Amino acid sequence: MAERCAVIGVGQTHHKSKRNDVSIAGLVREAAKMALADADLTWTDIDAVVIGKAPDMFEGNMMPELYLAPALGAVGKPMFRVHTAGSVGGSTSLVAAHLISSGIHKRVLTVAYEKQSDSDAMWALSVPQPFAAPLLAGAGGYFAPHIRAYMRRSGAPEHIGRMVAVKDRINALRNPYAHLHLADIDMKMVEDSMMLWDPLRYLEACPSSDGAAAMVLVAEDSLSGSFPPAWIHGMAMRSEPTMFAGRDQVNPQAGRDCSADVYAQAGITNPRAEIDVAEVYVPFSWYEPMWLENLGFCDLGDGWKLTEAGATAFEGDIPWNTSGGVLSSNPIGASGMLRFLEVAMQVRGQAGEHQIDGARRALGQAYGGGSQFFSMWVVGSDKP
Amino acid sequence: MSAAAAKAKRAVRRPVSIASFAQSENVRRDDQHNEVEMLMPVVAEVFANIGITKNDIDFICSGSSDYLIGGPFSFVTALDAVGVWPPMPESHTEMDGAWALYEAWVLLQEGEIDAALVYSFGRSSPGNLNEILALQLDPYYLAPLWPDPVSVAALQARALIDAGKGSEEDFAAIASRSRKDALSNPKAQVAHDIPVETLLRDEYVVSPLRRHTLPPITDGAAAMVLAAGDKAREWSDKPVWITGFDHRIETHSLGGRDLTSSPSTAKAADVAGVADGPIDVAELHAPFAHQEIILKEALGLDDGVTINPSGGALAANPIMSAGLIRIGEAAARIASGQAARAVAHATSGPCLQQNLVCVLEGE
Repeated sequence: MAERCAVIGVGQTHHKSKRNDVSIAGLVREAAKMALADADLTWTDIDAVVIGKAPDMFEGNMMPELYLAPALGAVGKPMFRVHTAGSVGGSTSLVAAHLISSGIHKRVLTVAYEKQSDSDAMWALSVPQPFAAPLLAGAGGYFAPHIRAYMRRSGAPEHIGRMVAVKDRINALRNPYAHLHLADIDMKMVEDSMMLWDPLRYLEACPSSDGAAAMVLVAEDSLSGSFPPAWIHGMAMRSEPTMFAGRDQVNPQAGRDCSADVYAQAGITNPRAEIDVAEVYVPFSWYEPMWLENLGFCDLGDGWKLTEAGATAFEGDIPWNTSGGVLSSNPIGASGMLRFLEVAMQVRGQAGEHQIDGARRALGQAYGGGSQFFSMWVVGSDKP
Repeated sequence: MSAAAAKAKRAVRRPVSIASFAQSENVRRDDQHNEVEMLMPVVAEVFANIGITKNDIDFICSGSSDYLIGGPFSFVTALDAVGVWPPMPESHTEMDGAWALYEAWVLLQEGEIDAALVYSFGRSSPGNLNEILALQLDPYYLAPLWPDPVSVAALQARALIDAGKGSEEDFAAIASRSRKDALSNPKAQVAHDIPVETLLRDEYVVSPLRRHTLPPITDGAAAMVLAAGDKAREWSDKPVWITGFDHRIETHSLGGRDLTSSPSTAKAADVAGVADGPIDVAELHAPFAHQEIILKEALGLDDGVTINPSGGALAANPIMSAGLIRIGEAAARIASGQAARAVAHATSGPCLQQNLVCVLEGE
């Protein structure tokens, strides 16, 4: 029987294009120390450390958990490294949570980071595909055709992507840690920005950020800190193959299965009605309406209508990405954990300017690879 | 605390069995197959051994390193070796497959699932390991100097000699014994019977390390099926149980460690309960011959314990799989009745920085 697990500490860095003021160790410590302080714990209270990041080549440091062990107080403890592509921040949180729910540890520190300024992630992400012409330039090049396919299927008008780009950047103005603070953001500014991968314009894509996120997860008998805990109500991972003619990249089966699993664990039958706030991995604007459908917040083909009607805006009935989302901060390896962390902050009532009043249950989602790796959790203020 | 008292205090874990294990041929260079092609026969074999398919599996976890392949996300396409359709719960660690096994074991502890597939793969041949492994070192102060892994290991071997804990003759004896034992391992890459006196005539690669004390450069893959609950009995008449499992890490700075000891191995051994009973066989992931001496001491193994009957990492060292293979080899000794209780070990990082200990028992 799985043990209950709760988030009692969260921390993150100020995300920026270049954090030249800190080393990689300094970056992860900044987030970890904040999470420990939030939990009212010190390094010695921690039983194990779980760290995640995207490809090692982004910083040129092979298996960096080795180098980072002393910086994260892991000497003499178990230190575990997760890498599941873009979903890694989410899956890292889940691997850490399972160390608690399995009864093996009482207090686990989990950290995720990326120092993108150490390399050029766009080209690092331009992975040649077998039997395909090497025309890919960055993740956007991979996803743009699937966005076009979504627009064709759903009949969504062109301005929906721009609405998401504006909405998430307006939300980011409430979040002091967000990388992008674009005070003048509006539809015109997005429309005037450079076309990168049709139909995605520059301001419809995520930035490249340096940043880290951290959380302290504990068992029920080890609660501490001044904010109430965020209880985990459900957690799940699903993967499907990249190159398989039978898969639907617009609405991946793995995403649907993963959400069905996590909703079943949390007892959710109507996500739109029962989830108060969601942080969903939207690195390119159009993924909001696509994931609205994939996550069952509406019927197929209706995702863009929710976005257009303002349902996902800060004042809407299902606020999505109140932190500003991946579109406003993208330290790749940490981006998934930031989603998981932000919803924990919401149900703990510690989200400050971007707090949704009365948020009691929230969904965090991350995806990676070619829309093929999914990790999700549902957290709540009530003990499950 | 006595061993019995320590055992009584230890948390009760859900029994998990190693239901099946398979590994590829370990070779110097497999440039005829990509990662998926390398893994597919291994995954097929690990299922066929016990007559199951991927549909019997509840969770998959793999271990590999992008740096060996020279491209990001090598684990992504490797998943095609299993064919996860419909989609499956799956995870990946950028660590040796032994840690992927640990992640799967943790999940099985919750009692919600009963079967897991673990696999790992490592192709060292495409790149230059001396350059690649230097990138495991501190990226600001050490890696820019490009210390190669053999030179780093030589510092440890020298410290061992200076401390009076081992000699070049001891290192040669370990290498000679390991590769002689490897003659009976059909998957071994380097197997021969060469006496110590002959080995000691080798030139130094980096003093005090001669060529025979170094691991071979290997391409290889391995896979394992874990089972709990009814499935453990269903898939094996005589299950091999994991009865203790832990891993620990040390500081990264070589100058901050006593390289002649392995406190992280000792700590993991304590948590895993190595001393709770007699050990018949130990499969130790000691890529360099001298590291066996350090591990033997840290694990508290006496001279009666058979060490690395497979030949160990000196016979084949597919990086990212070599640790998982140690656990598979130890389980095989129990399954065959040669051992009742065994310890398997995996390592990561320069000079045994991070260590995993797994205790296995038959019934």
